[in-house]
Amino acid sequence: MADNKMLIKFFVASESIFFIMLILAYVNFKGTVVDGPTAESSLNPYVTGIFSLFLLASSFTIWLAGKSLRAKNHTMMKVWLLVTIVLGAIFIFGQGREWAGLIEQNITISRNVFGTTFFTLTGFHGFHVCVGLIMLSILLGLALFGDFKGPRSDGVEVISIYWHFVDGVWIVVYSVIYVWAFFL
Amino acid sequence: MSRRLPLVPENTEPLPSLKENQGMLAWVSSVDHKQIGLMYLMVTMVFFVVGGLEALLMRIQLSQPEFNFISPEVYNQLFTMHGTTMIFFVVMPFLIGVGVYLVPLMIGARDMAFPRLNALSFWLVVFGGILIYYSFLTQSGAPDMGWFAYSPLSEKPFSLNKGPTYWALGLLATGISSVASGLNNIVTILTMRTPGMTMRRIPLFVWMILVTSFLLIFVIPIIASAFAMMLLDRLLEATFFTPAHGGSAILWQHFFWGFGHPEVYILILPAFGIISEVIPVFSRKPIFGYEFVAGSTVAIGLLSLGVWAHHMFAVGLGDVTNLYFSLASMLIAIPTGVKVLNWVATMWGGKIIFATPMLFATAFIIEFVMGGITGVAIASVPIDWVVTDSYFIVAHFHYVLYGGSMFAIFAGVYYWFPKFTGRMMSETLGKWHFWLTIIGFNMTFFVQHFLGVMGMPRRIYTYQDFPYWGSMNLISTIGAVVLALSVLVFMWNVHVSRKRGKKAGNNPWDAWTLEWAAASPPAVHNFDLVPPVRGRRPLWDLAHPEQPDEPNAKVVD
Ligand code: HEM
Ligand SMILES: [Cu+2]
Repeated sequence: MADNKMLIKFFVASESIFFIMLILAYVNFKGTVVDGPTAESSLNPYVTGIFSLFLLASSFTIWLAGKSLRAKNHTMMKVWLLVTIVLGAIFIFGQGREWAGLIEQNITISRNVFGTTFFTLTGFHGFHVCVGLIMLSILLGLALFGDFKGPRSDGVEVISIYWHFVDGVWIVVYSVIYVWAFFL
Repeated sequence: MSRRLPLVPENTEPLPSLKENQGMLAWVSSVDHKQIGLMYLMVTMVFFVVGGLEALLMRIQLSQPEFNFISPEVYNQLFTMHGTTMIFFVVMPFLIGVGVYLVPLMIGARDMAFPRLNALSFWLVVFGGILIYYSFLTQSGAPDMGWFAYSPLSEKPFSLNKGPTYWALGLLATGISSVASGLNNIVTILTMRTPGMTMRRIPLFVWMILVTSFLLIFVIPIIASAFAMMLLDRLLEATFFTPAHGGSAILWQHFFWGFGHPEVYILILPAFGIISEVIPVFSRKPIFGYEFVAGSTVAIGLLSLGVWAHHMFAVGLGDVTNLYFSLASMLIAIPTGVKVLNWVATMWGGKIIFATPMLFATAFIIEFVMGGITGVAIASVPIDWVVTDSYFIVAHFHYVLYGGSMFAIFAGVYYWFPKFTGRMMSETLGKWHFWLTIIGFNMTFFVQHFLGVMGMPRRIYTYQDFPYWGSMNLISTIGAVVLALSVLVFMWNVHVSRKRGKKAGNNPWDAWTLEWAAASPPAVHNFDLVPPVRGRRPLWDLAHPEQPDEPNAKVVD
């Protein structure tokens, strides 16, 4: 067997650098805005914070899915996968809502450096969440057709490592954008 | 994932050919590491010819002062495409490709850990290359902002054409490909070694590929994110790198060189690996100081991450910053020097056989040291301030890239061609190729040191008739023509030897690493039986059971 888990771990390490660069760009321009919107003037840390909790919870539910897999509890695994997908989708819905609100106020990627760095960073993260959702849906579909009877499955384990990573990135992103602007 | 099953239909002919088997499909659908490796080599050869023609056009334009052969606009496109092609579509994919071919054989594996990912990597390079070259067909022409695409030159108001967009998209595709090969190599080397092949016994080439792969997976994302930002700037009017809208042009420079400097080690470490395989075999001695070669490579890999701003001395980052980057850059000369000493010490007292691979390997040491010396010189801030953006820089990086990477590539092709095809390359043509290269290369680039010191800027399409400038540029152009001839001889050699070369047998050079235990060319499944590995030179141990390299090694089955 090729070592899928090792592959995904190095992949995630490589992706971290990608996100670190986006975060560096955000940090580099933070506080340089001379006119136009900033994080402080345009974001709502509480609403986004609540939607973030859904994403955090999904990390927990995918862990439960993995646990059910190891316990060969096929039904519960499917349930937890479904819950994970729903939680992730709620997060993406929240992000869509936030973006729509900003764009309505004419805060866009081309407005100023805040817009540029904010939309790029959250956009790339959201893109990763969507990719994760697609992969989770494929997993769920396969499970409904009877795959993943346990106790082990590289597919489930690899995607859950990826999902934890996407979650972890969000904690950093939320801290850098929201916590830094409002709670420090 | 069932890597023990044959992944492609068993070839009836030793070397797959377009007409037999399933024709084109056998190539396009292949996930065999050897076939993919060969495809890499063929594609890089095509790009090498294209990039070389671009260079020749530039050299003709520069052959005399105030010459009107090509327009300034086209000249800008030529040097941009030439630099981009040579780096991203010649040296990188060659080294990755030869690694894909050799690594599984050298560690006694059946294939790469992820054969389909391997195929994806290859096709993404092809795709990226096509994307970039397609820009020539657009109305506005190819990118023209130089291979490091400094902002604001690469940004909308200054580059209204689509060239830079194609450029960034194409390189993004190749970047994804490089990360994928890096990941694939790492997992392959860490998990698929045959029993007994410990990390202290893998061939040095494999070590170099491993360190390079780590650089790839940690450094390519830097530029991938910068490309993404540049594309957002160009397509959605984001403002990352546009100073007029609050962005920062210097940020691009940091991001680019944060990738760009480690990149030059991506271009040279596998080349070091080739040299470290060739020199011992043709000196008939084991490598001197294996641990030092491997260890110094790790040191180079780590150091290379912290020296990027030596490309930015002229920016005015401040004395302290410049001082740090200057000293850190000079530090890299130490582990690099260690390797040179290792190679020389390996040759010392050996029974040296100057076959073509060894000729190129020996010349590599000399030319690379030459480029290394000018490199340490320009790591010194005051010297760099004088010669930056002049032909001195052009001379420097061609000594390390051509005299370094390309010489190693030629050494590698002559060395492994018998394994790839089952036939030897012609030694006579090889010697012609070698000497024409030596003459052409030094003639083209040595005078450029003087031109640079005399003040000739790089990236200019013509120059005034200052004393000696015309004659030195003419020398350089004649050298480039000789160099072009040498490449023709090389291609002719590949062409005739592939069909009519002397039969090679499994181990024509009497070498010691595992790839030489496989048939030439290797069967689809590589080995019927992997020889036992009890030391760094398994085939030596096999041939000389009475004096093995590691007499006390435990036997593993
Ligand atoms: C076939 C022999 C070669 C010749 C005659 C040649 C010649 C040239 C010339 C005339 C330039 C433009 C200098 C300027 O106007 O500033 C140039 C630039 C460059 N070359 Fe080469 N070259 C050769 C091979 C290579 C190879 C093998 C590599 C890399 C592996 C390479 C990498 C570059 C790079 C990175 C640039 C800078 C492009 C830029 O300024 O953006 N060259 N070369
Ligand atoms: Cu550098």
